[in-house]
Amino acid sequence: MSEPSFGNPEIVEIDTDILLVGGGMAACGAAYEAKRWAGDKLKITLVDKAAMDRSGAVAMGLSAINTYLGENTPEDYCRYVSADLMGITRDDLVYDVGRHVDGTVHLFEEWGLPIWKEMEGGRVDGASWQKQGGLPLKDGGKPVRSGRWQIMINGEGYKTIVAEAAKKALGMENIYERVFIVKYLLDANEPNRIAGAVGFSVREHKLYVFRAKAILNVAGGAVNVFRPRSTGEGMGRVWYPVWNAGSTYAMAAEVGAELTMMENRFVPTRFKDGYGPVGAWFLLFKSKATNAFGEDYVVKNAEMLKDFAPYDKAFVVPSCLRNHAMLKEMKDGRGPILMDTPTAMKKLAETLTPKEVKHLEAEAWEDFLDMCIGQAGVWAGLNIRPEQQVSELIPTEPYLLGSHSGCCGIWVSGPEDVAPPEWQWGYNRMTTVNGLFTAGDGVGASGHKFSSGSHTEGRIAGKSMVKFVLEHADYKPALKGDIKEITEEIYRPVRNYFEHKDKTTAEDVNPYYITPRMFQMRLQKIMDEYVAGVATYYQTNGEMLKRATHYLTLLKEDSANMRAKDLHELMRAWENYHRLWTGEAHMRHIHFREETRYPGFYYRADYPQLDDANWKVFVNSRFDPETKTWALKKVPHKDLVPKTYGAAKH
Amino acid sequence: MPTFVHTDKCDGCKGGQVTACMYICPNDLMKLDTTRMKAFNQEPEQCWECQCCVKACPQQAIEVRAFQDWVPMGGAAIPLRTDNAIMWTIKFRDGEIKRFKFPVRTTPVGSIDPYGNKPQAGDLKDQRFFTEDGKDLPRPA
Repeated sequence: MSEPSFGNPEIVEIDTDILLVGGGMAACGAAYEAKRWAGDKLKITLVDKAAMDRSGAVAMGLSAINTYLGENTPEDYCRYVSADLMGITRDDLVYDVGRHVDGTVHLFEEWGLPIWKEMEGGRVDGASWQKQGGLPLKDGGKPVRSGRWQIMINGEGYKTIVAEAAKKALGMENIYERVFIVKYLLDANEPNRIAGAVGFSVREHKLYVFRAKAILNVAGGAVNVFRPRSTGEGMGRVWYPVWNAGSTYAMAAEVGAELTMMENRFVPTRFKDGYGPVGAWFLLFKSKATNAFGEDYVVKNAEMLKDFAPYDKAFVVPSCLRNHAMLKEMKDGRGPILMDTPTAMKKLAETLTPKEVKHLEAEAWEDFLDMCIGQAGVWAGLNIRPEQQVSELIPTEPYLLGSHSGCCGIWVSGPEDVAPPEWQWGYNRMTTVNGLFTAGDGVGASGHKFSSGSHTEGRIAGKSMVKFVLEHADYKPALKGDIKEITEEIYRPVRNYFEHKDKTTAEDVNPYYITPRMFQMRLQKIMDEYVAGVATYYQTNGEMLKRATHYLTLLKEDSANMRAKDLHELMRAWENYHRLWTGEAHMRHIHFREETRYPGFYYRADYPQLDDANWKVFVNSRFDPETKTWALKKVPHKDLVPKTYGAAKH
Repeated sequence: MPTFVHTDKCDGCKGGQVTACMYICPNDLMKLDTTRMKAFNQEPEQCWECQCCVKACPQQAIEVRAFQDWVPMGGAAIPLRTDNAIMWTIKFRDGEIKRFKFPVRTTPVGSIDPYGNKPQAGDLKDQRFFTEDGKDLPRPA
């Protein structure tokens, strides 16, 4: 059923100096920083597909801030990020986040985020230490560390707090909620220069055309590019937010921005079916994970991990290698993998009073309720009490992201005072397209920024964009292409629907169009079965990838035939178009990198070894918007911070 | 684990154009049926179970029911949120009920003064945030 006036959108044109595309942590950081530097000199506009209070990856909340350096140095942080990502990261970008991030966390606390504290007599929650004479972090208050980099929070309202600061900084009159940007536009006169963005409201029949001198592309990572393990009603209950459609990568690629490390993916090991977080269980509650017979799979398979030396000797065994060891047990029939929560809780309770035991139980539940309520629902439905029953763990479907434990994304200019000449071209966090910036999930070859690091990186980009615009004061954006044509292209799924819907008696089955839902399922099936999804235990090879190329080409042709029966479905159509582009970039990069760099995340069965001699390099790709062709290349890697594994330098 | 709306509790936010659940859902799932003036989840299999709509509903009319393609019936996790705390009721399939309360914010909602006590913008050409005025930024050794 379509709404009455649907099909005849009003075209709204808006001029701004800086356009922030996205409303998550990075966008909020950029808004906060950029506005202070811009003052009243520049107009800053933010466009969010959802409502800022609850948009982005932190919408539900978080139970920890995963990047807080405290007593560690930015050099330590570079070593940790590099090791987890198998040696290929940009130290300049990682270092830059590391040297700024703690100040950002202090702002969160000032704004009202409850951060747990270590006090005499034990740890207290984020709203109690104030009454007990505790101190905020910035004045020496001691956070509760769940790991070397992580601190515990009562973070259900994390995003609402961060959004309030950003909204106040910009002013609501400069914020467009429920407007989905789907394409960037280049400048008509100046080559390789961003000039605008187009999208539509998912609430009103309006198409938006923004002209901007600089754009921040921060629309999150990519979820549901691969067929998820979940089925039926559970298909939305994925790990990373289901609304992250890869828009960041797709829109940048389409205008010719260079991508980097798009072969990288993250396959998180999580509580089975609910995707509940495991970090606090491992690090705070000291729980152990084993195969079905109680064997520690990382210890048991240590010999096998030596194939991936020196990274197996990292201070913390990299996420992909832990998965690799786990998959060995699963494939050899020694699953399921189990998290032994009862033993961990029993051990902790030995030294606790009954009141403290009750508090411990609350902490365990809060870990889910703050950030993954669905897992609490799974436990409740299965009568699982963590102090009594073990839980199953499983490696999930692949995710593409640049801020969590993954590093795919866009190739950006580094900080002027740290980056070597080949990694900087004038403006920190600017992509290879002039005026187009990114942060958070958008920046490739870094990773492990998480929420606080993404906000921080948004701030870095925000300041840099103000500098860029002020130093190009004479620039006036002129959009390349015919606006009428471009807006018609955006609305094509609607036109397809109206043209054909009455030709069959049931509008969902129609030979003239494809529903966005079926389009998504086709993409997911291709990626799952040919590009190393769960169906093949994350394995692929050159022959499978050639087939994937063919199937994705056909799917891309069919993208012009998607239908949209309402604005909601129009949003889905464009989200899935973005997923397709992201999936294609991922597939091309995996095809290009002839080694297995991330066992446990994916395997090139035809190149099963790690090959540091030939492949300790970045893989960068560029889609040429003129010729419509992709080109991939190796880009030399270098360490700016020395790395050591075990006792050896590397 | 899709949301559902209790028919007797939902008042369609009293005829507003956009209901609280529509306003807040990060995935644009909640929709107002303008004939009945009741909200519903238009795409249950795309629900992330973030419960943002449940927490925002002024009538406590929305709940989440576990995805039935896996989770046995009868369990629930139900929040009741105020400006500074959230109370959770966990109902197990076997009938046991647990309750938890956690803080969500230490300052009044709306009290953030983003630039109030902060330094003015400094030198646009260096790498410091405006809040880092006067600080020496480290560089790799």
